[in-house]
Parts: sequence; C-alpha cells; structure tokens
Amino acid sequence: MDLKFLDFEQPIAELEAKIRELRRVEFDNDINISDALEQLENKSKLLTESIFAELSDWQISQLSRHPGRPYTLDYIDLMFTDFHELHGDRAYADDPAIVCGLARLEGQPVMIIGHQKGRDTKEKIYRNFGMPRPEGYRKALRVMKMAERFGLPIICLIDTPGAYPGIGAEERGQSEAIARNLFEMARLKTPIICTVIGEGGSGGALAIGVGDRLLMLEYSTYSVISPEGCASILWKSAEKSQLAAEAMGITSDRIREQGFLDEMVREPVGGAHRDFQTTAMHLREALLRHLEQLRNEPVEQLLAHRYQRIMNFGAYIEEPGK
Amino acid sequence: MSWFEKLVPSTIRTDGNNKKKGAVPEGLWTKCPNCNAILYNNELERNSSVCPKCNHHMRISARVRLALFLDEQGQEEIGQQIKPTDPLKFKDSKRYKDRISQAQKQTKESDALVVIKGKLKNKDIVAAAFDFSFMGGSMGSVVGERFVRGVNKSLEIGAPFIVFTASGGARMQESLFSLFQMAKTSAALTRLSEAGLPFISCMTDPTMGGVSASLAMLGDINVAEPNALIGFAGPRVIEQTVREKLPEGFQRSEFLQEHGAIDMIIDRREMRDKIAAMLAMLMASRMETKISPNVDEPIILAEAEPLPVVQD
Repeated sequence: MDLKFLDFEQPIAELEAKIRELRRVEFDNDINISDALEQLENKSKLLTESIFAELSDWQISQLSRHPGRPYTLDYIDLMFTDFHELHGDRAYADDPAIVCGLARLEGQPVMIIGHQKGRDTKEKIYRNFGMPRPEGYRKALRVMKMAERFGLPIICLIDTPGAYPGIGAEERGQSEAIARNLFEMARLKTPIICTVIGEGGSGGALAIGVGDRLLMLEYSTYSVISPEGCASILWKSAEKSQLAAEAMGITSDRIREQGFLDEMVREPVGGAHRDFQTTAMHLREALLRHLEQLRNEPVEQLLAHRYQRIMNFGAYIEEPGK
Repeated sequence: MSWFEKLVPSTIRTDGNNKKKGAVPEGLWTKCPNCNAILYNNELERNSSVCPKCNHHMRISARVRLALFLDEQGQEEIGQQIKPTDPLKFKDSKRYKDRISQAQKQTKESDALVVIKGKLKNKDIVAAAFDFSFMGGSMGSVVGERFVRGVNKSLEIGAPFIVFTASGGARMQESLFSLFQMAKTSAALTRLSEAGLPFISCMTDPTMGGVSASLAMLGDINVAEPNALIGFAGPRVIEQTVREKLPEGFQRSEFLQEHGAIDMIIDRREMRDKIAAMLAMLMASRMETKISPNVDEPIILAEAEPLPVVQD
C-alpha cells in the first residue's frame, strides 16, 4: 500500500505503479509495448474519473487534507512573482503557521496571507501543522493594515485544521486575536479575496476569512468543527466522522448550495495534488477576475457591500409583527 | 448486581432509588457545586445566586440575569420574533429540530440569546444575555441576528450595549451558518465603535470557542464574573493536544486578568453599580454635546474672533 495515496485512491496507485513498471521494462529491454501502455493509461484516466465522479463528503474531507496537496507557498511559487515574505507580529514572535508577504499577481502588487502546513515531519512541526498561534493572527492583521495604508488588495489562502489549542496560545489571547481580525477585516478599506485551498478549520480559518469574496477549490472543505470533532461530541464516537461530514455539509458543492460561495475553482481530475500547475492556473485566473471586479468598486461601496454580505449570514424565521 | 447483593432482602437493599431519597428535595434547597453547602433557595436568590458561604457565582438564566441587571421599569424585548430553523436538516442521534423544541420546552426560551432595551439606573441601555441552558448557549443564526438587532437598537437610540456571555461556542448543527455568526456579530460591533457608543462585554461561566473568539473579546471594556471558565479551546482538547496537566486556575477569570485579556473581575452583586458608574463616564462627553444649546446652529468663526487684517 502506497502511503502517499488515500485508501480510495489505491486502485489508481496500483495501476500507475504497473504503468511505471512497464515503462521500465520497455526501456530496459528496448521493446515496443506502447499500445499496451496507452491502453493502460487510458484505463487509469477513466478509473480516476469514475472514482472522482462519485466521491463521498468524507472522501472529499480526506482529499482536502491530502498530504500531497499544494500549500500556500506552492501557490505563491506558481502564481505570483516578486514575493517578499514579511515576518513577525512586532510584539511577541513570528508564527510560521501563517505566511504573509508582498507579491505581484500578473504585475499587480498584492498582499498575500495564507496558512502554511509542512511537507515532511520536520517542517510539519516547524509549521505547527498549519495551526496558528495568536501571533500568527496578529502578524496577519499587521500586514492587512499595511495593505490598507498602501492600497493593496489582500489575497487570503485558507488551509488549517484550526487555531492551535495550546497553553501558551490561550495565555497570549487566542480568542482576542481571532476576534480582532474578524472585527477589523469587516471594515478594512481594501478588497479582500478569501480562498479555501484545503482545510477550512473553524475560527482558525475564519480569522483570515472575512472579505468581499469567498472562493473554494473543488476538493476543499470549510466547517465549524472537524468531522472527527463533531462526531466525538454529537455521536460520542470519532468513528462516525463520515456521518458528521455529511450532516454538516462541508464540501464546496454543499457550501455553494448554502449560498456562501462566490466561486468554486475546478481542480484537475484526480485532485490538486496530482497537478499543481493546472490547479494554480485555475485559481490564478479566478483571482484575477474577482480582483478586476473589486478594483473598480469605490471604497465606500465596497465596504457597504461587504457589510451587507456579512449581515446576510444566517438562516432563521422571522415571525410577522408583534 | 453482584451475587452478594442478591442475597440481601430487597427491603434493605440500597440501590439507586433509595439514594435519591437522601438527596436534597427539589425546589427548596440548592447544593453549592463549589463548597457543597446546602443553601435555602430564597436566600440564594436574594443573594443574586451567589453562594453566601464561598462566593461561588452560580449559572443563571438569561432572564434572571437581565432582571438582576436592568431597572424594573421600561423594558422592551428585541428580536423575540426571530426563531430558529434547520437549514441543513441536521440529524445526529437526534434531529436538530427535536433538540430545538426540547430546549424550548425546558427553558421556555425560543433560542439562546435574550435582548432587552431597558434602563440601567435610569439611563438607556441595550442588554443581551446568553442562556447556557439552551443548547449550551451555543451561537446559531438566531443568536447572531438578535445580537445584531440589539446593536442596531443601540445605534438608533444612542445608548450603550452590554452582553453577558455564557456559551460553549458555535452551534455545530448549523455548521457554517453558525461559524459565520462570529463574523456577523463582530462586524456589527464596528458600527458601535464608529458611532462612539460603548460596548461592554461581561463574560460569565463558561465563555468558550466561537463566542469567546468573537463578540466576547471585543468589548471597549471586558469584564468577567469571578472564577468563570473563559477561553478559546476547551481544557480537555488542550490537555489531549499538549499531553500535560493544565495549571491550576487555567482559563479562569483571574488567569485572564493576569494575562491581560480582561479589564477587571466584578462580583455579580456589584455589577449594576460598577457598570453604571463606568458607563456614566464613557457617555459623559456625549451627554455634554447633547445638552449644550445651539448645537445644531453653525458656528461662525468670523463672529467669534475676527481675523486680524494685515496691512502693508
């Protein structure tokens, strides 16, 4: 079993391993089996398409945290030029779980803020698995205010299991740091585009997720609590995560139905982790389109629209006059 | 039941049923969960549900809270016509719909936030209170919308806004609808801030998760009742993550004050006096402009002090 693949991806993994093996045989023995190879490749493509055509919500939830998925720094590398990382909250520390910086998107200067997970064990620990501490959110707020001062649009890339639940994080005011960002982002005088690129984990995600647009990659998720967390509280068993994922409606499809989404950004067949380039191209195209729309809005109108958008969040019944 | 217990004649068996008989009869007495003192209910109520022996602040309902805080006269409820719905048709071991109706029956409230426009020592104020016994005081769409209506009422009448929080956090059964109430309530508070109206956040036991990480921490003045549990992540989650025992008093009001998250701790019995005193000062400059005459008339500088004319 290949650990880089999720369980439902195993048939694809096996077929691909077979193709690689045949290629090796073809090359080493100088024989021509390209017809057979082509057939197998087609089969692999069809298999991937058929598996991905009917993914369950739980499978999508696993894809959204696939260890091979592109992270913020990968997107920065593929979509932006002239990136300069900005470190530190000017008060306590630099939090590597959030990456901030100046960069250009098709020549336009922007401010980028994104959660960052690690690839190998060492980096995972360094990035704290993409779980920010208060200083991460305060760094984000610092650069957002800078972006406001210098008229730069803000691009937020969301990918976190949640804000870090640790002793130090509580001591330094995790709650206040998140709350302050929600408060300030609601009135920041510059366009903000938020995209969930992987895991949108609750308040820790929302703390860089208030803005004028919400985009989600096709196989990303956004939820108030992880399916495992929800299952262990409401079903008293973490094994019911599949049910919890479905009940909460956390996929881009379901969130579009709920009316929160401005755009779902398509991923290549087999998911973003199989083709970083194409995914980045799709996202870049979407970001440019939304930036163009927002740039032309006068600030007063931009803020009024954002406020109305936020006030519309919610589903309730209003009984007629009393 | 063990074989030995079976031998004992049923008349002298001490099982669960008999134990209950020894417990405090319902309705007359309350046992303090902190010091175990048995307290006479009438006396406890007269003491604002604070244990007279150990000063433990017991959890109280939203209605009781607001009744203790506001003047008796001139109360008007806001947003009670806003009622919960079930946007996701959510079902775990129980339907969300059934959980709502059960909570409504138990608490006689329609959701977890009560908002009242009233008076504090004869001054206008809008006060909101969470009801922890309604689904753990969790914040769903109704809580968010009622909060916003309360803020809007404050803006309309130019009065301060105060919230008493008691909540486990966001309401999971509303998923993203509930998460986004954090953004909604926080955004509404920007308007109060820009209008120069004070927002007081009073955190009571417990104030956790999404409520703590939004409206609760955004007070111009953040206060807490003594020994309230306040934090982002629950103590059990933190313990599981860091695999250490949490320090004594962790995430309690006193801990928060020590770490700079709240301005002060206020005893429930002094809440009215202290909040009223502080609000009077915060509202003082506003009151002055209100009562100063001719405030609507344009001030003509030239008349007040003619500019010197320079002649060469």
